[in-house]
Amino acid sequence: MSQTAKRGSFAGPDDGVERINAVPVRHPGRWVGAAIIVLVLAITAQSLITNPRFHWDLVGTYLLDTLVVQGIGWTLILTVSSMVIAIALAIMLAFMRQSENPLFRYVSWVWVWFFRGTPVYTQLVFWGLVATLYPKIIIGVPFGPEWFSMDTQTVVNATVAAILGLGLNESAYLAEIFRAGLKSVDNGQMEAAEALGMRRSKIMWRIILPQAMRVIVPPTGNETIGMLKTTSLVLAVPFTYDLTFVTNTIANRIYQPIPLLIVAAFWYLLVTSVLMVGQFYIERHFGKGVDNLTKAPVKPAAVAAAVAHAHNPAAPADPEPAAPTSEGGTTP
Amino acid sequence: MTTTATGTPGRAGTDPLVRIEGVHKFFGEHHVLRGIDMTVQPGEVSVIIGPSGSGKSTLLRCINLLETISAGRIQVREDLIGYKEVNGRLHDLSTKAIANQRREIGMVFQRFNLFPHKTALANIMEAPTQVKRQSKTAARTAALELLDRVGLAERANHYPSQLSGGQQQRVAIARALAMEPELMLFDEPTSALDPELVGDVLNVMKDLAKSGMTMIVVTHEIGFAREVGDTLTFMDGGVVVETGNPRQIIANPQHARTKEFLSRVL
Repeated sequence: MSQTAKRGSFAGPDDGVERINAVPVRHPGRWVGAAIIVLVLAITAQSLITNPRFHWDLVGTYLLDTLVVQGIGWTLILTVSSMVIAIALAIMLAFMRQSENPLFRYVSWVWVWFFRGTPVYTQLVFWGLVATLYPKIIIGVPFGPEWFSMDTQTVVNATVAAILGLGLNESAYLAEIFRAGLKSVDNGQMEAAEALGMRRSKIMWRIILPQAMRVIVPPTGNETIGMLKTTSLVLAVPFTYDLTFVTNTIANRIYQPIPLLIVAAFWYLLVTSVLMVGQFYIERHFGKGVDNLTKAPVKPAAVAAAVAHAHNPAAPADPEPAAPTSEGGTTP
Repeated sequence: MTTTATGTPGRAGTDPLVRIEGVHKFFGEHHVLRGIDMTVQPGEVSVIIGPSGSGKSTLLRCINLLETISAGRIQVREDLIGYKEVNGRLHDLSTKAIANQRREIGMVFQRFNLFPHKTALANIMEAPTQVKRQSKTAARTAALELLDRVGLAERANHYPSQLSGGQQQRVAIARALAMEPELMLFDEPTSALDPELVGDVLNVMKDLAKSGMTMIVVTHEIGFAREVGDTLTFMDGGVVVETGNPRQIIANPQHARTKEFLSRVL
């Protein structure tokens, strides 16, 4: 529909071809739908503005409150650190799952089974209690001498416990996303790289994973945005500096939950929007050659020079050129 | 019955580059190769034809270990492919040793299998820089030279999806040549191409044959076999039915099955 409209209005080049200028199909239902939506929006806007119980003044007061801004900072730290851990583990788990080594495959499977099979809340509580379970971390020989020991509390503090809890749990979900991505790459890619004499680890990193990223990035973006909100569960550790906990505390102090919920929602929405922009660029990067066909930045002059160079030593060669040796014998 | 009376010009008397002896291959219960014997001399262009399911592609894939053989042995130069022999017993090769063996053998696939996320140039540079640890500058110069040789120098920075099938296949040939292999395997290199694009690829292969490259070519292009091939092997049902001079076999096949096959494809 939009195509016909475009073609009709488009003034083509002066090639003497008279373009089709058809009358487009009318869609009265759309106008009715649009009118209803505008009406609903107007009613919503009116209530938002006129209902005093929203307390927009308080929203304004607390939007940039120091505690709130610090809360955003902590939420971001938790999200980014746990996702970094989760992605690193997920790549490893997905590679292990495809490995020829059966031990790797089992370990990877059991990891996913366990961390996906227990609630993230339970895992967070556990990491909060790990110092009670193991008060000291001791490095040494089992049943033998101790070489080194330290208090668990200093290593696994609330921040570390929160990041570990979120990251390990997420790694199980991401491992499945990465596995799906690796499987989506055509088997011929592995064969072609093997036939060139590349080792398996190199093939995974340089050939398979970059192509799998096209499939991996959208659901991973989804998981990252999910993680942003899941960080609100860290009170289970207990970790008490994140955005949800902080706005909740303020709300309880001033007996005004609604405006503080709006403050929290505003910031979550803003950060999500920024993440979506980032995801757009990551997708564009990994879509190279498939979704995104802008040519790679090779300087045309450099190509011309190299071609000219290639022609020169090749030109005087007789009809039976020493072809296989000519590539090796190039001088830069 | 499968002694190769090869008419390889000028190279007679040298040891064969490829020696295939009594090779069997099972896929589960399915007996795909039933005792293949074959030799290829250095510089020889050995063409294998046969109906689909005859095992010709499987045989080719066994030579660079994309499939493992169930019985027999394949030797390229003095290397036993996939195994090492210690005190008369075969031991599996490590993945590193397998990768090393594959470096010497170039392979061109029916479906090109170019890396879609890399440009034509980067496709060719990948193995020399990553496997042979060549410098980027040297690899780029060599890659551009190879692209020029297959007639695609100005397509260096195109992605595979921006190239026609014939162009992709020529890049794939250049990519295999970049490793300077001593043997090139072609697995139906023109079967996925539109008819008008087949000629460009065959021309590149002809030039390669003229340059003295040892080639094993699985194909349906009888014209190529007649014109460029030194040896023609007809396979059917997992066995070599007939082998010898391509022009003689095509003009005057000795076996009924060869005759029947040729009458259908010519």
